[in-house]
Amino acid sequence: MAKKIVVDPIPRIEGHLRIEAQVGENNVIEDAFSTGTMWRGIELILKGRDPRDAWAFAERICGVCTTVHALASVRCVEDALGIVIPDNARIIRNLMNATQQTQDHLVHFYHLHALDWVDVVSALKADPKETSRIAQSISSWPKSSPGYFNDLQQRLTGFVESGQLGIFSNGYWGHSAYKLPPEVNLLAVAHYLEALEFQKEIVKIHTVFGGKNPHPNYLVGGMACAIDPSRDTAINMETLSMVKKIIDDTMTFIDQVYIPDLIAIAGFYKDWLYGGGLGNYLCYGDFPERSLEDTSSLLWPRGAILNRDLSTIYDVDPRDMNQVTEEVSHSWYSYSSGDDKGLHPWQGETTPNYTGPKPPFEHLDHEKKYSWLKTPRWNNHPMEVGPLARVLLQYAKGDPMIKDTVNMVLGTLDVGPEALYSTLGRTAARGIECRQTAGFMLHFYNELIDNIKKGDYKTANTELWEPSSWPSDVKGFGYTEAPRGALGHWVHIKNEKIEDYQIVVPSTWNASPRDAEGKVGAYESALRGTPMADPEKPLELLRTVHSFDPCLACASHVFDMNGNEITKVTIV
Amino acid sequence: MQSKPTYAEIFRQRGLSRRDFLKFCSLTTVALGLAPSFLPKVIHAMETQPRTPVIWLHGLECTCCTESFIRSSHPIMADIVFNMISLDYDDTLSAAAGHQLEEVRHRIMEEYKGRYILACEGNVPMKDDGVYCLIGGDSYKNLLTETAKDAAAVIAWGACATFGCVQNADPNPTGAVPISEIVTDKPLVNVPGCPPIAEVMTSVITHFHTFGTLPELDRMKRPKAFYGTRIHDKCYRRAFYDAGMFVTDFDDESARKGWCLYKMGCKGPTTYNSCSKTEWNDGVSFPIGSGHPCFGCASPGFWDNGPFYKRLADVSFLGTDTNADKIGAVAVGAAAAGAAAHAAVTAVKKRKTGNSDESVQNEG
Repeated sequence: MAKKIVVDPIPRIEGHLRIEAQVGENNVIEDAFSTGTMWRGIELILKGRDPRDAWAFAERICGVCTTVHALASVRCVEDALGIVIPDNARIIRNLMNATQQTQDHLVHFYHLHALDWVDVVSALKADPKETSRIAQSISSWPKSSPGYFNDLQQRLTGFVESGQLGIFSNGYWGHSAYKLPPEVNLLAVAHYLEALEFQKEIVKIHTVFGGKNPHPNYLVGGMACAIDPSRDTAINMETLSMVKKIIDDTMTFIDQVYIPDLIAIAGFYKDWLYGGGLGNYLCYGDFPERSLEDTSSLLWPRGAILNRDLSTIYDVDPRDMNQVTEEVSHSWYSYSSGDDKGLHPWQGETTPNYTGPKPPFEHLDHEKKYSWLKTPRWNNHPMEVGPLARVLLQYAKGDPMIKDTVNMVLGTLDVGPEALYSTLGRTAARGIECRQTAGFMLHFYNELIDNIKKGDYKTANTELWEPSSWPSDVKGFGYTEAPRGALGHWVHIKNEKIEDYQIVVPSTWNASPRDAEGKVGAYESALRGTPMADPEKPLELLRTVHSFDPCLACASHVFDMNGNEITKVTIV
Repeated sequence: MQSKPTYAEIFRQRGLSRRDFLKFCSLTTVALGLAPSFLPKVIHAMETQPRTPVIWLHGLECTCCTESFIRSSHPIMADIVFNMISLDYDDTLSAAAGHQLEEVRHRIMEEYKGRYILACEGNVPMKDDGVYCLIGGDSYKNLLTETAKDAAAVIAWGACATFGCVQNADPNPTGAVPISEIVTDKPLVNVPGCPPIAEVMTSVITHFHTFGTLPELDRMKRPKAFYGTRIHDKCYRRAFYDAGMFVTDFDDESARKGWCLYKMGCKGPTTYNSCSKTEWNDGVSFPIGSGHPCFGCASPGFWDNGPFYKRLADVSFLGTDTNADKIGAVAVGAAAAGAAAHAAVTAVKKRKTGNSDESVQNEG
């Protein structure tokens, strides 16, 4: 008998997301519905504001992928006003962006995603000597002695025996879908803690250039951090040396901890190749070596792939009024021209119109509107955005570093490129990309040093700082590749104020509800066909949802078709 | 119910020495802003208390507060969640999902009735039955009310939970309100900032656990230890303010020399926070330190107190006639005599008016 399961709240994501799934006789997910369950109205709040302030408002859209909306926003306003930023500002923003990608991916792997693959309680049964042997066989990371793992295991045992399990309370420990031996689980728990301590070091680069993290400061026209190697009141050699050390440590951590762990864990799940999903991939590109308009200078390229066909890369133009659109046939909004007609963000409207059940409720009606997310489309196609899209596009374009890393990971696992089209492939792509962005950090640091060496200290262009110098009616587009995928901001500035502001967020692409024609988005597509050992404990569902690194949040109940709650099971 | 290990026991379990434990207690005493004479009390508390359960709820927010919390350098996050508190429910970090996660929340509410801390990140949309934030098929408003009922105390993290922040900015489309408007009958600590500084957040937790009381609060329920003075009062650029030396253009000589950012819209003079003392991310820098004006993210209604770069902070309370344009017309290249005159006037006025630390500007 088919069952309906509701997973709400889904933990270890940002925000509030709900998944309802239809589970067939053999416990395979037949259909899934993704619901964004929060709306904050920031686009409306931005109306009428000073465009120079927009980055700060927009940055508060997300504190996990902090910086990304600020970056897209300053680029968007600069595009509208025709402001050309100094080269150092381009480099510093790229360095901060690479820092964000690297830290965000690391936190995602260990703290948001790992517990879908790693059984913490199983680690109590590990032989620390064997864990040490495994650790030393896959990496030269120095924290790998039997004593080290023994101490950790004792600490973990004490923690579990205290009866206060904290964040591990009621996890799916002992679930049959967990495949790691106890020794590898212990290794992963050790690195969970090490990554938790290390992530806070990486972001200090944001603090140097932006004053704080989360939510460092940006500036329309460049960056506010002055550079002067002969003063202690600006960025000088001491601060730059700190940045350099953090970059070196980060590259080491990614190479010696994250990548070996990723390969070691994936090795035990090679057969679990579900969750591929759409097969359509979209990238705006990022990391300009010259200007944002010159897309040939982007280290991360722009382009689209359809139906997993890597032989054809389609051109993407987010300014084209017909390419990127959003419709609201299943979203809690109204459009003046009809909810099923897609609008380009420059024509976009944000009129909330909740038509769902009054809370508390058990189910949503998926025939009608069921999400606070709009439904974005590229040339009418649903698209996946994020690390997998970027890695595939670079792979298709023959980027040497990406090709080498992908081939190394696939070769070590002894699987073909088709393995990339899966939940695990998405997770692997994030790690592969993280190694690349750690390298970008060093690249941009070196670029900055070269400029300073030449005597170029300029970080901001303030020629058009005063609103009186602006054109009276302009539109702009700003983009970035956020850790979770292609992000676009579209602004309309009129008489020195924001007339309209529209944002299309990566998780909106991935987590959107179906469109007027019934075409599903990336989450809904990827969940179809996923087998579950026990629908009561939807570990496999979490795996696939988490592989996208969602930027929302949720909660879950399990029901049969008659709406009766299935008996709840306490695991711990 | 099993007896819970104390901090001291946890240290022993981890193979750490008594010396390590005492060092930790000393650091905690310092972090809490306590006199050294309090050290024995801290040690006693750490030796006798089990871990305090914490339920951490997320409303309308961006999760920057959680992200800041895990940036804490003393104590580090792992020590907090494994040794100090029992973070039993937190959307962002919990292993459990769906009804298993909700079960944990209910279990803590029953088992530790009146003894758990409720930490709130984000605020509460009240418009349209709260449909703008739905968790587990219910509104955040209902979830919050239910969870707050038997909490020992409530901590409101960050600008959203304390004063409203960005959702609550004009026109506040979701009718978002701070936690204090929903939870009115519980001891409450407001920890403002967007986000708050990591060590400020962790110190609030440690204080409660160590002494079993909330830290001393001001009239806006903020811990005095961290929100007792203005950023301006401890800013290393204050001398330039007093001398009337102001940055007037980002990226000119005045910016490279680290002059005062008042004229660029800096709200340091009216913002109560620890940024200029504790600084951010283990003392690396703070917004002003990296050349950007403070925009007052720990103040109520700061989003609507802009535009950020145009609206100058009201400094009349400083007891000087500090109209920067009149007296501090000492921008780049001005006569040193002018600067000296301005500084002298400042000093004289200060003596006349005395200490104005207790006045709260733009915060009523």
